[in-house]
Amino acid sequence: MVQERAFPTFQTAPAQVTRAEGLMLYQDMVLGRFFEDKCAEMYYRGKMFGFVHLYNGQEAVSTGVIRAMRPGEDYVCSTYRDHVHALSCGVPAREVMAELFGKATGCSKGRGGSMHLFSEPHRLLGGFAFIGEGIPVATGAAFQSKYRREVMGDENADQVTAAFFGDGTTNNGQFFECLNMAALWKLPILFVVENNKWAIGMAHDRATSQPEIYKKASVFGMPGYEVDGMDVLAVRGIAQEAVARARAGEGPTLIECLTYRFRGHSLADPDELRSKAEKEAWLARDPIKKFSAYLTEQNLADQPELKAIEKTIQSVVEDAVQFAIDSPEPDPSELYKYIFAED
Amino acid sequence: MAETLFFNALREAIDEEMAKDPTVLVMGEDVGHYGGSYKVTKDLHKKYGDLRLLDTPIAENSFTGMAVGAAMTGLRPIIEGMNMGFLLLAFNQIANNAGMLRYTSGGNFKIPMVIRGPGGVGSRLGAEHSQRLEAYFQAVPGLKIVACSTPRNAKGLLKSAIRDNNPVLFFEHVLLYNLKETLPEGEYYLPLDKAEIVRKGKDVTILTYSRMRYHVLQALKTLEKDEVDPEVIDLISLKPLDFETIGESIRKTHRVIVVEECMRTGGIGAELTASINDRFFDELDAPVLRMSSQDIPTPYNGTLESLTIVQPQQIAEAVRHMVAAKV
Repeated sequence: MVQERAFPTFQTAPAQVTRAEGLMLYQDMVLGRFFEDKCAEMYYRGKMFGFVHLYNGQEAVSTGVIRAMRPGEDYVCSTYRDHVHALSCGVPAREVMAELFGKATGCSKGRGGSMHLFSEPHRLLGGFAFIGEGIPVATGAAFQSKYRREVMGDENADQVTAAFFGDGTTNNGQFFECLNMAALWKLPILFVVENNKWAIGMAHDRATSQPEIYKKASVFGMPGYEVDGMDVLAVRGIAQEAVARARAGEGPTLIECLTYRFRGHSLADPDELRSKAEKEAWLARDPIKKFSAYLTEQNLADQPELKAIEKTIQSVVEDAVQFAIDSPEPDPSELYKYIFAED
Repeated sequence: MAETLFFNALREAIDEEMAKDPTVLVMGEDVGHYGGSYKVTKDLHKKYGDLRLLDTPIAENSFTGMAVGAAMTGLRPIIEGMNMGFLLLAFNQIANNAGMLRYTSGGNFKIPMVIRGPGGVGSRLGAEHSQRLEAYFQAVPGLKIVACSTPRNAKGLLKSAIRDNNPVLFFEHVLLYNLKETLPEGEYYLPLDKAEIVRKGKDVTILTYSRMRYHVLQALKTLEKDEVDPEVIDLISLKPLDFETIGESIRKTHRVIVVEECMRTGGIGAELTASINDRFFDELDAPVLRMSSQDIPTPYNGTLESLTIVQPQQIAEAVRHMVAAKV
């Protein structure tokens, strides 16, 4: 049988974690999962609207990369599937949930919605709904770090930017244009591909002449890595390396995380094209279960501890929902607020 | 005092603002070593270095998005569209991100950036290099749109655009770069939202902008013997429109002619006409007359090209006709 490309033998070394780090990563992944499950429930109950793209299955990527960065200092740029990136950045679950409910207390004040989450204090640059358009913005943030350091003489300007996007985006011009510029100017940026194999209904292999995305880095003289996107420590390991390189002024890295979304493209997607066998194979590689097993096998945590974390997170998510329900709608008199900087 | 060429007035504006504020930088195609396609940034890279005069690869959508990201994180980028028409390739970044991001982010970020360069119909440049993007972009919320027309206003307006905390789309005109004028001494800023009264008059209000200002003035020369006394207003701010100045003039003349270089359909004049009807209908003694470019791709052939845009003699006739019809 031909080895499916999604399960190759990975060359990257997993991160070593302390007990505290392990629990932190576990908690972040569980928050992502529970939050998204709650979103599905709230969507079907008519509490949130529009297009809602859930992240279930991909948690190891968000946690693995963002939690290897400096929260509130480094920049993160996301896509329309942005809830969990926002949470990993430290945006409070209350603010993300309230935004999905369209409330004034949401992180984008009810103006953005699911695909437009922003938080300046958490250095979350968005929430970009169109394919590829966040990559140049992230590249600009990375350029800014270099500019502050080299033009303005700011020694502390060593912030790194992570740009997240999917496999479908890697066929878009902005991806190639920005890889070129980032490599050309040695910008401190991580290009993180969450290759979940499907761009809505377009199978990755049907869309690209070279399915191994990490190899596309080489033509720009940039390191590119393929990593098990269902293994948080594998992602964390490569992210730590890439962050260190970026901070040291050694330039960008392309990281292709092989992962899978456990739900349809959005909650409006009937998800008719992905085979049962494929879904089952990937569900068996659930990153949270995998990491839970690792933590207990390594004696970093025991099951009751992990259950306690899950219980705490469940209450964080419930609290977020209650907060969203209790929050006020945006003031209609402020319809025009935020169009201009002075508003 | 020596006169300053239009492109040098723009250069002075950029130079002064860059000297004052290290977060100001220029990005675009050939803005550095080459000095800009119309020499607006000539030699600035020698003074400020390659990172502040960033020569980008030919990737309009991406370098415009980079400017958005740089602006969101505290810099004040100036993007040069080598020809503003090229920025059709950056439409998404300008519309979705420069224009709308502050709003969709609920005020989390501001986007202090300037997008400037040569627009308008040049001299036999063909359709793609003869665009008037102001018409396409006017519907984008969150953008300010400015069209400069003299060395003096070009400098003062560009300095204000660079200082502004919002994205400003700043149109120069490909045929005006060699105009000369004595500039005011010392530093000056001009407001981005104020129209300029070019000629005071009482018979009819002529609303125009950019190069058409000169076609209007040329037309007026032929009208002087007829003792027609029109008021000429250079809109300067295409978004938002300065209805205070426009309204004041209409209340005096009760007649309006719009002379624009953009195409008739969905143009600046279309918006102006609709808004004037909304706001000042009772003041009007005649329907607003729109004189616009033809709704066609600008042809290469010189005769066809001149037939495409509004010519001075047409303006003169229109003014005569409108004033003669006055009761």
